[in-house]
Amino acid sequence: MSITVSFTLNGESVSAEVDNHTLLVEMIRDQLGRTGTHVGCDTSQCGACVIHVDGRSVKSCTMLAVQAEGADVGTIEGVALNGNLHPMQEAFREHHGLQCGFCTPGMIMSVLDLVQQNPDPSEKEIREWLEGNLCRCTGYQNIVRAVRAGAQVMRS
Amino acid sequence: MTKNGIGAAVRRKEDYRFITGQGQYTDDINRPNQLYAQIIRSPLPHARIRGIEFKAALDMPGVVAVLTGRDMADDGVGGLPCGWGINNKDGSPMTEPGHPPLAVDTVRYVGDQVAVVLADKRSIARDAAERVDVDYEELPAAATLSAASAEAAPVVWEDAPDNVCFDWEIGDAAATDKAFASAAHVSSIDIVNSRLIPNAIEPRAAIGEYDSGRDEYTLYTTSQNPHVIRMLMGAFVLNIPEHKLRIIAPDVGGGFGSKICHYAEEAIVTWASKRVNRPVKWTADRSESFMSDAHGRDHISHAELALSKDGDFLGLRVQTKANLGAYLSTFGPAVPTCLYATLLAGTYKTPAIYCEVKGMFTHSVPVDSYRGAGRPEACYLLERLVDRAARETGIDPIEIRRRNFIPQDGFPYQTPVALEYDSGDYHACLDKCLELADYKGFEKRRAESAERGKLRGVGLSTYIEACGIAPSNVAGALGARAGLYESGTIRVNPTGSVTVLTGSHSHGQGHETTFAQLVTEALGVDFDSIEVVHGDTGKIPFGMGTYGSRSLAVGGMALMAALEKIKTKSRKIAAHLLEASEDDVEFVDGQLRVAGTDRAVSFGDVALAAYVPHNYPLDVLEPGLDETAFYDPKNFTFPAGCHICEVEIDPDTGVVEIERFTAADDFGRIINPMIVEGQVHGGLTQGIGQALYEQCVYDDDSGQLLTGSYMDYCMPKADNLPNFEVTTNTTLCAHNVLGVKGCGEAGTIGSTPAVINAVVDALSDLGVKDMPIPATPERVWRAIRAVSG
Repeated sequence: MSITVSFTLNGESVSAEVDNHTLLVEMIRDQLGRTGTHVGCDTSQCGACVIHVDGRSVKSCTMLAVQAEGADVGTIEGVALNGNLHPMQEAFREHHGLQCGFCTPGMIMSVLDLVQQNPDPSEKEIREWLEGNLCRCTGYQNIVRAVRAGAQVMRS
Repeated sequence: MTKNGIGAAVRRKEDYRFITGQGQYTDDINRPNQLYAQIIRSPLPHARIRGIEFKAALDMPGVVAVLTGRDMADDGVGGLPCGWGINNKDGSPMTEPGHPPLAVDTVRYVGDQVAVVLADKRSIARDAAERVDVDYEELPAAATLSAASAEAAPVVWEDAPDNVCFDWEIGDAAATDKAFASAAHVSSIDIVNSRLIPNAIEPRAAIGEYDSGRDEYTLYTTSQNPHVIRMLMGAFVLNIPEHKLRIIAPDVGGGFGSKICHYAEEAIVTWASKRVNRPVKWTADRSESFMSDAHGRDHISHAELALSKDGDFLGLRVQTKANLGAYLSTFGPAVPTCLYATLLAGTYKTPAIYCEVKGMFTHSVPVDSYRGAGRPEACYLLERLVDRAARETGIDPIEIRRRNFIPQDGFPYQTPVALEYDSGDYHACLDKCLELADYKGFEKRRAESAERGKLRGVGLSTYIEACGIAPSNVAGALGARAGLYESGTIRVNPTGSVTVLTGSHSHGQGHETTFAQLVTEALGVDFDSIEVVHGDTGKIPFGMGTYGSRSLAVGGMALMAALEKIKTKSRKIAAHLLEASEDDVEFVDGQLRVAGTDRAVSFGDVALAAYVPHNYPLDVLEPGLDETAFYDPKNFTFPAGCHICEVEIDPDTGVVEIERFTAADDFGRIINPMIVEGQVHGGLTQGIGQALYEQCVYDDDSGQLLTGSYMDYCMPKADNLPNFEVTTNTTLCAHNVLGVKGCGEAGTIGSTPAVINAVVDALSDLGVKDMPIPATPERVWRAIRAVSG
């Protein structure tokens, strides 16, 4: 059965016909063509698909598209404003917080929520927060460094 | 050094697209009118296919085709080839069974490909796959080394008695026996090197597209080596000549060896796209990755070290059984032989070494390269054994290593296991690591831990690796069925910007930055005016790809050779423009200058003259400034180093915490220290993963994969890890122009034994002598309980 789902994506009104079992990430990637959000697992553990729904980070592989009806959805494509990188994006580049880049959109979306809730997270708090985001390349050290640096700029 | 040249921690060119969500990975690509493929995989480890009933699937709206191994066979599709042949002790070749991309009559592991459903939508393909009814006759299975080695074990291949694919040896057995006969002490160890699943976070994906108008194929695939896939799939599987087959490996989300192999799905989608004349896309879900990506490691070994009364190593004897899986993967047989046993000398001058390796078939996923590929297995075995010998002889673990190191003036050093090390300084790495780790302060920290009821231990390893997987003639003599050179093109454009084409492939390593640093250093061209292109056989002349830490040491040297050609030709053009002798023209800071004068032309002017040759020596020089070089290295490179790990164990729970981890590595000359440090961090994490968390488990009885998801396979997470302290100590590679060695795998090689040596050290006062990997809390807790009654 197909249903029309409409929501705001990075400030823009979007809608698409989806099946009732279509996952939010499938709608975003396959139907809306925003492929910055990735899928790295099928058990809701890797965090490559983290986006924002109504301001909070969620794993978009674990939400049905229909659940996003009317929501305010944010993806990695909407983080840089007017061509200017967000301080957290800058920090990931400056501190080499990415290698292959596949987990990176989910990492950034996830830690933006962390910093929103906790503007000055300790290293331990960052590492614990990132339990739900897997990275196979970096060993996390430079991601943690980037998050601290990005948070500092966001506070100032 | 120029601002962004060799040695500068330049921020990466590739990052902008990744941090803004504009990377283009294979699954991000969609082709007009594409179909989605769902592979039907065997749920059984060993079974005969009696029949496949798929009418119900075909009747579903949106389903276009269901194709089987019979269809492939009818089309004359060949088997997936193995790229490395190993000979038995008697010189006869290994047993090399066929490997059809879709099984025809028998399945041999859980996950083996049986059929493919093609449908308009991914969800329809998935649902339709549920309606395909495969009638299996279940057969007895042996998915593990122990099950496959048991008496009367189920047989994977009839022509491989006792499931032995090859029985190989290296070294001098008689000399080694003699060394043992004269030994004052012999230490021995039984080692299980656990099986791992590589788990790049991007699952594999492939899109096949056939252009009937041109009779050409394009395959988009998650590969570390697109040209190798073109060669293997084109020549051996689908019979498509190179000029009709283009392979594109766009942004690839991590490889770690698992994306070297030529996989069945690549051939299936390419073949199917012609059958149905529509593009066919397949993307693995993570569950499929677990049961179809080539796995790594999986050895069982017994090793003995003969020592003199002073602790000198006299001889090393090793017997290893290596799990190859059900079929031979692309480089599967090379990993536990040429890439493993040749590294058993380690950093030591052990004069006699003999190693026997039995490659075994089992009803499991094919085993192939995983970060380090053979070298971590060698290092883990040797460094555990050396630590045990130190403990048994009462010699300090640092002192016993120092006593046996190949001395700094001992290079070149010919090992008893084929390799000739060209350079190194193992004492210096060890010293640097001890200092950075504050090794002297360890006892104080141990006492402090003890006050809190915790057990603290320290462990080290001194590792070596062989990188580059070349020269071609040596690799050929060892069984490689391909050359292992690399190609590189420097294309200077008319306005002076530079396009770099490399046969290496970046899937996280940052080649777009590192290689641009080589170019800006050599030509003085602005860093932002250099673009590095890789991953497309339609654009890159040729390539052997990225694995074995070879991109810089082989691919980078091809670029250096091409740069040298550019410089030579530029000097000729400049000599003409300046009316000077070519011999007097020098390349300085992006200018070509007549030595000792202020007469100069910019490199940009030379480039323009090459493409607008109005004032140009056309009678002796071709127009254009575009040079390609192929580079075949003279030897492997030999990064080496020392890793020191400090752990704290809670005896009540068995939880091991890594408190400190220090690495001092010798990678030769470093182009970008930021990228190198990142490579080390990632490598250490994978080695620590094997030491403490990760393990692929097959059930001995049922042959089922028990660790088939992230709920069962424990990946290292951010809160499992410390901050690493890393440094380098450089000796230059003696046989390439930059003196570079490679850094991609070192972290994975040295770290696992350092961690386990630390765990054993922490528990040794209790009487614990051994610890299997991974050292899970349960295992540690049980080990403590076993000795404390």
